[in-house]
Amino acid sequence: MVKGYARVLAVGCGGCTSVCLAGGQKETLGLAEDLAECARRVGVKMEIATFTAERQCNGEFLAEVGEHARECDCLVSLACGAGVQNLADAFAAKPVFPALDTRFVGIDRDVGLYEERCRTCGTCQLAYTGGICPVTRCSKSLFNGPCGGTSGDGKCEVSMDIPCAWHEIYERLKAQGRLESMLALHPPMEWIDKGPATVVQRGYEGRYAGRGQEGKS
Amino acid sequence: MRSGSNLEKVLAAGHFAVTAECGPPKGSDLAVVRTKADYLRGKVDAANITDNQTGVVRMSSIATGALLAPLGVEPVAQMTCRDRNRIGMQSDIFGLSALGIRNLLCLTGDHPSFGTQKGAKKVFDIDSTQLISMVKRLRDEKKTLGSEETILGEIPVFIGAGVNPFARPYEFRAVQLRKKVDAGADFIQTQGVFDMKLFREFMKAVCDLGIPQRCKILAGVLPLKSLGMTKYMAEKVPGVVIPEQLMKRMASVPKEKAGEKGIRICLETIEELRTMEGIAGIHLMAIEWEQRVAEILERAKLLPRPIV
Repeated sequence: MVKGYARVLAVGCGGCTSVCLAGGQKETLGLAEDLAECARRVGVKMEIATFTAERQCNGEFLAEVGEHARECDCLVSLACGAGVQNLADAFAAKPVFPALDTRFVGIDRDVGLYEERCRTCGTCQLAYTGGICPVTRCSKSLFNGPCGGTSGDGKCEVSMDIPCAWHEIYERLKAQGRLESMLALHPPMEWIDKGPATVVQRGYEGRYAGRGQEGKS
Repeated sequence: MRSGSNLEKVLAAGHFAVTAECGPPKGSDLAVVRTKADYLRGKVDAANITDNQTGVVRMSSIATGALLAPLGVEPVAQMTCRDRNRIGMQSDIFGLSALGIRNLLCLTGDHPSFGTQKGAKKVFDIDSTQLISMVKRLRDEKKTLGSEETILGEIPVFIGAGVNPFARPYEFRAVQLRKKVDAGADFIQTQGVFDMKLFREFMKAVCDLGIPQRCKILAGVLPLKSLGMTKYMAEKVPGVVIPEQLMKRMASVPKEKAGEKGIRICLETIEELRTMEGIAGIHLMAIEWEQRVAEILERAKLLPRPIV
């Protein structure tokens, strides 16, 4: 991606990717070293500077990046996909490349162990599924119970390492005495991913008049 | 009559129904379909045309079904939720109705990670239960999902659903079946029955819920061709459970006699199912073994098929 650019600025993010040990200050310095090593090996002259913003998803924090960015030919962002885009908007005249593949919204299960929990579908299902998301954790995002592929003692057909979400939902609802909530027919989902979404917090409607219509395309 | 299909008529007349399976070709060559039609014609009440099973690209179920009907085999088209959203599905349901297909089995679909298109974006816009109710709405109310506009023409389809009594949570599967019947399923085809004890428990729960009075249940029967296939089914096919005892029986005979052993086991299974409360027929899944369907049904005394 950065081939052909003499001066590269690697921009880390102090937010979620830092927490996930993927895009914080330490990883940004590591990336710069790796890039320098690569350049040396192929005999290309490349200057790599680094800077870690507090968060890349907020424009205010990007102001500090400005002075470092002035001297570079391209930027590499170690933020999530949202941060990369915010950085690319802020420095629209220069190429901005992603250093990470953003995978999911998840939880810190343990040090260095993360699990996906939310697909940000916009219509939360967790009330009737015992707090276990079928959209995210069922490999087929089903709404009315498990498919016929549940294997062994309750594993997904895709892999014996993946628990069947609906098996877990069943067990939890049973333990809570709430099984009736998965007996009712659940109608088709109103997916809201109709286009790029903008949300305006209640109370700010006047300030952003006309914006925030969910995914209207 | 909801569809007037042969399968519906056979079941309505109280006959013990027989359906089989017919996998479409991996390409546009119809020769395979013609050969399979020759094996099945007059031997079964209808034949399921699988919908890109295991995520391997094949000729579409609807196209194959429409081509099979003039060859004298009534098709049961299959539709999974994996490859199309609700727009594509409803459009295809219009199409299959216009092409004269009168049976439609509504399924979830195998995950794409099994097949040859592992990088495919899976759809699963709606699930199989929602698909059943969508087809029922098209047929009985003549309306597409979420629209009040009346569609043009009829959608006379006999609506089918699948169930796997051998997957956990066992005690939920009968209740889940009732959900599918509430949604509009007219007939059910079960996963292949190998564990008779578990199946009897399942059917008792199904009968206690009064499901056979509202919906016809065809038990899945799958003849085992060899020990290798038995092991493959047990290890690789999602949701299939083969009891230890059965595995031993398949292993007890030399390779050249395994096919006959498999057919005998299959005949024993059919015999038990014929007298089981709530069972209205069998769905014989002779996978790439269609040439033995007539022999199995002859030996099971299920031929000739009733003319209704």
